[in-house]
Amino acid sequence: MSEHNEIDGVSGRSTTGHEWDGIKELNTPLPRWWVLSFYATIIWAIGYWVVYPAWPLVSGYTTGLFHYSTRASVVTDLADLEKLRGEKMAVLGNASLADIEKDPALLALARARGKTVFADNCAPCHGSGGAGAKGYPNLNDDDWLWGGSLDQIMQTIQFGARSGHAKTHEGQMLAFGRDGILKKDEIVTVANYVRSLSGLSTAPKFDAAAGKKIFTENCTSCHGDAGKGNLELGAPNLTDKIWLYGSDEETLIETITNGRAGVMPAWVGRLDPVTVKALAVYVHSLGGGK
Amino acid sequence: MNKPVFPDDLMTDEDGPLYAPRKKVYPQSVSGRFRSIKWRLMVLCLGVYYLLPFVRWNRGLGAPDQAVLIDFPNHRFYFFFVELWPQEIYYFTGLLVLAALSLFLMNALGGRIWCGYLCPQTVWTDLFYAVERLVEGDRRAQMKADAGPMTAKRAGRRVLKHAIWFLIAWWTGGAWVLYFADAPTLVRDLATLQAPAIAYVWIAILTASTYLLAGYMREQVCVYMCPWPRIQAALTDEWALNVTYKYDRGEPRCSVKKAFDIRALGENAGDCIDCNQCVAVCPTGIDIRDGAQLGCIQCGLCIDACDAVMTKVSRRTGLIGYDNDINVQRRIAGKQEIFKPVRARTVAYVGMIAAVCAVMLYALMSRTLLDVNVLHDRNPVAVRLSDGAIRNGYTLRFLNKRAFERVIAIDVDGPAGAKLHVIGADTVTPDRPTIVLARDTTTEARVLVTAPFDEKAEKSVPVSFRITDIGLGEVASATDHFVLP
Repeated sequence: MSEHNEIDGVSGRSTTGHEWDGIKELNTPLPRWWVLSFYATIIWAIGYWVVYPAWPLVSGYTTGLFHYSTRASVVTDLADLEKLRGEKMAVLGNASLADIEKDPALLALARARGKTVFADNCAPCHGSGGAGAKGYPNLNDDDWLWGGSLDQIMQTIQFGARSGHAKTHEGQMLAFGRDGILKKDEIVTVANYVRSLSGLSTAPKFDAAAGKKIFTENCTSCHGDAGKGNLELGAPNLTDKIWLYGSDEETLIETITNGRAGVMPAWVGRLDPVTVKALAVYVHSLGGGK
Repeated sequence: MNKPVFPDDLMTDEDGPLYAPRKKVYPQSVSGRFRSIKWRLMVLCLGVYYLLPFVRWNRGLGAPDQAVLIDFPNHRFYFFFVELWPQEIYYFTGLLVLAALSLFLMNALGGRIWCGYLCPQTVWTDLFYAVERLVEGDRRAQMKADAGPMTAKRAGRRVLKHAIWFLIAWWTGGAWVLYFADAPTLVRDLATLQAPAIAYVWIAILTASTYLLAGYMREQVCVYMCPWPRIQAALTDEWALNVTYKYDRGEPRCSVKKAFDIRALGENAGDCIDCNQCVAVCPTGIDIRDGAQLGCIQCGLCIDACDAVMTKVSRRTGLIGYDNDINVQRRIAGKQEIFKPVRARTVAYVGMIAAVCAVMLYALMSRTLLDVNVLHDRNPVAVRLSDGAIRNGYTLRFLNKRAFERVIAIDVDGPAGAKLHVIGADTVTPDRPTIVLARDTTTEARVLVTAPFDEKAEKSVPVSFRITDIGLGEVASATDHFVLP
């Protein structure tokens, strides 16, 4: 700092008096409008404190004139969205399943709705893409225990399987071993017979005739004479390549010994009818149903 | 303006002035070559800006018929025969690259051509100055009036001036919003107060900015706000032509009479008679005779002013003109002037402009109007069916960029014996599902490809979906993989 209002010899302009290595800074004042704009922004900021939430307090904060909060605006937005969705869902509610399947716009809407609902409610058992797991059917294939048409899928979603609902699908794989209906060696024999039905390899000393006899006496009432299954009872087709619990000998013995009774909950009352309808369309579209 | 500020001129305290008051510029009216170029460019630029939204362009039924339209709600940009989708934003990148290169080329050839003739700030400020002179009189009248007391007549003129300014600003803001909606409809809606609020808000914003920038901020925008003068200074070279006071010819300045006397003695007198006309007409209030400077937008009006004076005193015109320091030095040394518009820099710019133009043109011409994208199901990747066959699910998204609906057939080429099933396909002919694509939009479909299980087959084989416009025969395809479980 040297004395103020010094005039620079070369440019003839005043300097600020600041000097760095012999170079003095010329005084170049900002234009008035710039300075005034700057003050205006400061005033604006103060106005902002008054109008909007601004200062933290010991507990809480200053809420501003209009008590604006992003949380409240989210709630409003969600309510608006719900209203918009309601209008669209009403259209879906009035259309029949067949209509939805035929109309590309409705199909897209139902699939979109179904996809989110599926992720929220069905994915824990059936997987995010409906790929299923041991004991939980894959919804992308063409094997449907209780039927793969749109109506049948919707029925299953509504009332479930062995869910306890009055209209639920009923059907039980008995515990042939645990309940003493079949002996251990009979179970091994019939397990091998079941494997032979779909062309899988059998144990070396397997007696096919004995297996067939046991099968006819115990299994055909549900699974059918040829083992093709029965949709009414949810009895799986034993001649195809899809096995809900597994096709190896050990697993089959386990299945026949202790039975199987997987539960699909009833969704009627938990999901509204339009949502169930959308869900049925979505699930049907995963693999094209059957 | 932007002249050295002396402490005496300023409100000062002990630490010197805090701010510099703006010195109002009163550019004098002038006529001549550059003024008439500027008038014509102004008519052209403003004419295009104000009228372009009303130009129609037939794109067929159901499509907007506005030649230039930025349709935000439907995510489309229309420019005569071009229609761009949001994912084609790279065309704008090309446009920006072209704009930058053109700016560089102009700069290498003739300095701040953009600033002086084409920049919206210059064009509108020029128009506002013209209105000001029309209503309040020329430079002297205005200066005299501003120095004197406020009279009823002066106040009336001032009100009139602001009214006209406001009208121009309002038209400017009004024209802006017309680029974003069907212009005739929007004009009617605006007039009957039926237009959306956002239209009025934008008109208000642009009215305000035009009024402030052209009426008040004026040269302050160029000097304090605009980055281009700084960039321009770094981009220029010694060969670029700039509006230059030819001091080799003009100095020493002296009056006509004095010059006559000096020359009679056989001594050297400059051609500049120090009449200050170049300063009087300058819209940014600088003195071109101080040399190249940031405040000079190189509009050429000082050339017109000086030429008029030189003609009056029967001297050669061109004392101020497009020139450069190389030639000033050459004339001083008694050498011939040389101009080099063709040099490595300008050739490179022209080459780059041509290259970018060619690439953009090619891209535009070869732009597909039918396309398909494929996305393989993530989960499950593959599904085993009851008969042992394997199925993969895909989401296909079709892009129909034409202004009419069309029907496409889908074919699949992949693993041996592959069959295609489209969820919600409109009509299914054996193995060849067809889908109706709505006009000018995308359509999504879920497709399932099923193939018999082959143990010897590779774990993953390429699969390609080919779509064919049944009417036009246009084809597009997308490839992915068919995966075994």
